[in-house]
Parts: sequence; C-alpha cells; structure tokens
Amino acid sequence: MQGDDLQKRAATAIVWLLLLGMPYWLPAIGGYTELGARVVVLGLAAMSLNFLLGYTGVLSFGHAAYFGLGAYGAGMTLKYLVPSTSLSIIIGTLAGTIAAAIIGPMIIRLRGVYFAMVTIAFGQTFYFIAFRWNTVTGGDDGLIGWQRQPLDFGFATIDLLHSPVAFYYFVLVLFAIATGAMAWLLRSPFGRTLLAIRENERRARFLGIPVDQHIWMSWVISCCFVSLAGALYALLNNFVDPRALYWSQSGDFVIMAVLGGMRSFWGPLLGAAIFVVLQDYLSSQTQNWMSFVGLFFVLVVLFFPRGVLGIIRRRAAA
Amino acid sequence: MTQLVLFNIFNGLIVGAFYALMALGLSLILNLSGVINFAHGGFLALGGYLAFTLIPYVGFWGALIIAPFLTAILGLVIERVLIRRVYGRDPLYSLLLTFGLAFIFEDVTRYLWGAQSLPFQVPGWLMAPLSTDYFFLTGYRLFMVLMVAIAVIGLFVILGYTRLGIRIRAGTLDLETVSVLGVNVRILRNLNFGLGVYLAGLAGVLAVGQLGLQPTIGASLIMPSFVAIIVGGLGSLPGTLLGGLLIGVASGVTTVFFPSATEAVIYVMMAAVLLVRPRGLLGEEGRF
Repeated sequence: MQGDDLQKRAATAIVWLLLLGMPYWLPAIGGYTELGARVVVLGLAAMSLNFLLGYTGVLSFGHAAYFGLGAYGAGMTLKYLVPSTSLSIIIGTLAGTIAAAIIGPMIIRLRGVYFAMVTIAFGQTFYFIAFRWNTVTGGDDGLIGWQRQPLDFGFATIDLLHSPVAFYYFVLVLFAIATGAMAWLLRSPFGRTLLAIRENERRARFLGIPVDQHIWMSWVISCCFVSLAGALYALLNNFVDPRALYWSQSGDFVIMAVLGGMRSFWGPLLGAAIFVVLQDYLSSQTQNWMSFVGLFFVLVVLFFPRGVLGIIRRRAAA
Repeated sequence: MTQLVLFNIFNGLIVGAFYALMALGLSLILNLSGVINFAHGGFLALGGYLAFTLIPYVGFWGALIIAPFLTAILGLVIERVLIRRVYGRDPLYSLLLTFGLAFIFEDVTRYLWGAQSLPFQVPGWLMAPLSTDYFFLTGYRLFMVLMVAIAVIGLFVILGYTRLGIRIRAGTLDLETVSVLGVNVRILRNLNFGLGVYLAGLAGVLAVGQLGLQPTIGASLIMPSFVAIIVGGLGSLPGTLLGGLLIGVASGVTTVFFPSATEAVIYVMMAAVLLVRPRGLLGEEGRF
C-alpha cells in the first residue's frame, strides 16, 4: 500500500514538473507555447468530465455545452461588460455552472445511454442560441472584437495578451486550483461516496445514500470546472465560435478521457495532450483530418479501451 | 396568414416525417442492441449521394429503390466488422465508435462528392404545384409524405407479422431467452441493424430532394432524431413516430412566429417532456 502511495506521489511530481517546464521544453521539441496552453485547458476540460465519467460512472456526452457557455460568458463579459480578465473568468464559470444546476434535476434520474442522449441533445439548445442570436453572439462567425486584458494586482500588472508564457502560467495556476479542488473532493467522504455509486448504485441506495443528490452535485461540480476550462479557452484564442458548443466537441472530451485512462486522475490530461498534438499535426498535413480523427476514435475503442495509463498500470501489475 | 401557418405546418410535417423515419431506424437499433448509432446521419447522407450518382443510370425511381439497399448493405458490413465488437460492453464504447464512424462518413462523402451543395433532380411532373391557392402543395411534397407513410406501415407490418419482425420484438424484450430458444442472435442483430440503416438511406434519398445535398445533412438531422426518440419515449416505436412528427410540426409553427427559435424549440419541448414525464410520451415505465 505504501509503495502504491509513493508511486502516486512520484507520478504527480513528474506531471507537475513537466507542466511547469512546458514553455521551456516544448519549443525545443518543435511545439509552441500556445499549444501547451491548449493542452492544459482541454486537459482541464477532460479531467472535469472524468470527475463525472470515471469517478461517478455517469455517461455525459454534452459537456461541450457548459464548456461553450463558459467561453461565451467570458468573451461577452470582456466585450460588453468590463475589460477585466479575472471577472470574465468568474462570470463565464458561473454561467456554465448555473445552467448545469438548472438542467441537472431534469436528467439525474436517467442512466446510461439515455443520460448520454439527453445531455447531448440539451447541449444543442445552447449551440443554436449561439448560432442564431447574431446580434449578440456574432452567430456563425463567432464572437470577435475583444481580447484578454492585463492582470492588475494594484502593485503590479501582468501582460497576458502579448506574452504567451505569462498567459500559460496564468492558465496553469487556475488549472492547479481546479485539479487540486477535484483531487481534494475525490479524497473526501463525498468523493468516496461517488465511487461507491459508480461501483454499485443499488447497494449505495440501500445504504441510505441519496444517490440522485450526489449525482446532481457531481454533475454541477464537473460542469463548473468544464466551464472554467471554456472561459480559459476563449481567453486563449481571443475568440469564441459556436463550434465550442457543438456536439462533436463533447465527443472530443470523452475520447480524451478514454484515451488517457478513465480510471486515473491524470489520464485525461495525457489523453488531451495526445489528442491536441495529433489534431494540430493532422490539420496541418491533410484536408481530410476528420477521417483520421474518426479512425482514431475507432482504433481507441477497439484496441485501447482502458486508455494509455490503464495499459501501463496493467503491465505493471502483471 | 392562415396560408402561411398552413404552409409551415405542412413543411414541419414533412421535416418531422424525416426525423421520424431516421429516428425509427435509430430506435430499432437502440432497442435491440443498446447501441446509439451516431453514424446514422452518415448513412442518411450516403443514401442521398448514392441516389444522386445513380440517377443518370437508373432514373429517379430506380435510385429510390436501389440506393437505400446499397446503404443497408454497407450497414450490414459495418455491423459485422465493427459494431458487433462493442455489444455488451459499456455503452460509452459504442457511442465513441459510432461517433468516429460519423466523422469518417461525413469526411468521405465530402471527399468523394465535394463540399458544395449539389443539385438533386426529381421528376418534373412531381415538382409542379397542385393548387394555386396552396402553392406549397407540390406533388413531390405529397409524394414524400406518402413514401414515408408507406415505409412506416411497411416497418410495422414487418415487425408485426413476419418471423424476423417477431424475433426482433421478442429480442427487444429478452434477448437471452430468444437466444436460448434457438434464434441466432448475431444474425438477428445484424439484420436489424441493416433494417435500421435502410430506413436512414430511404430518408436520405427523399430528404435531399427537399433539403438539398450536402455532406453535413446527416449531422444536421441526427440531433432532432434523438429528440424525437426522447420525446416519444425510449423503447416505443409508435412513440418515436409521434415524437418525430410532433417536433417537426412544432418547429414549423415556430418558424412563423419566432423564426430564430426554429431549431431551439424542439429542445425546449424535450425539456418540458423530461420534466413532466421523464420516460417520454409513450415510453414504458422503468425501462431506462
């Protein structure tokens, strides 16, 4: 048991070392800092999804909706309300969280495929609102005419816009807070209860656990962090368009989580890294990258259903 | 005004008929195999494109018959090679697998036939308006409604009276027992998948005459089909039919009064149904 614990700590340390050093080693191997920021942001989204998918055992296929709400919330705050990066993140995150909290009661009683279908269909509502409400959201062209603002602490300002490295570390700080919160929640009695629901819902119910309530909370927490990721994604690109809300984006999050390994905390981050790098490479190489991404989905399902970390762990156990 | 409302109701009914036809296929597969086929829209688009390619050789009527069959054959092959492998596993995997297939389908149709919209010729005499007052009542529109009706009746006849249909229905209720009774469940699921895809292909041939031929046509029809299934009730084919027609008409009527909510209204309907009756209008209690 102690060896296991040590191993986990070592893994966490390695992940953080890699993330902290990313702006230094990534360009050396042919990447660029924005790519690193994208990996961290989408990794956060996939990890948030996995809070629900891997740790609560609830199959959500509609997380892009809350990701997109966070993105639009942040972008619209900067464009119409106040030129403040921190406020835009707060409002974006709140927008997604509140929407999830309201939709939650309608869906928490559903399970399995039905849950997946309903979440993905609900996501489309927000897509069409963003798509159709041209005057406010910019419609299909996306929300433009705004950019992230310097971070003002009173005694110092940090220029997030022109320094990709500064922005990367800004994203990483929020990533650390969010993943720290998720890890803490999962270690708490609440998190253990979620695991119990995942393993055997009926038994959990017989033990007197209010299952629906717990699933609702897990759903809201997961959507809260995914909208944070969405807000950061908008700031990263200085742009949002309805594709951030489209159902295929939800599928991307799920494949990231599965590819990395749903049963491990850091797995989805690894999955996001592989997916983002692959997509970046393919879309620069071929027009038909969609076919390759689709093929990639098929191959992952057929040959790597446990994900990369799942395979490594199995090897280690054998 | 009355004419405008009638026009949009009728239009909604046609669109709803497509939703229903597609959703029936999805439902068939979901009920028997527990797989949500995201690639269904891809099969629909393929049906339309195959018809487009076949028309110069066999004419509209030939294409209407052959294209859905070719689509169904591809469906049988894909079920045999890929989808079969994820039966009985976590539904997550079948979702991801068909999701990937949907990507591939859309991209391959774009690669083969081009990204721009193609003109789709239906026989001229079908396109003429039947009445000057009700200009929207073209022969083709009535024909589409008729074709969908025939397909739906045909489906219910197959399910109600043929050996295959009875086995499919029995398998939906208890696949294990059906298997123990000596039915080859693998073949049954395979044929059922083919039947579902056939409906998608047929919907494709009919839809492109009305909605135009684009690679994204499948992706734009699949979500409303999900809504049709949810509104109508999971596990109930008549429910799916009703759901499809209902949301079609609802979005048609909304077009008149609040055009920008045309697409969003069906999701609002879905939310209302889930609040009031989570199992859907005709869904069975406790099935999902």
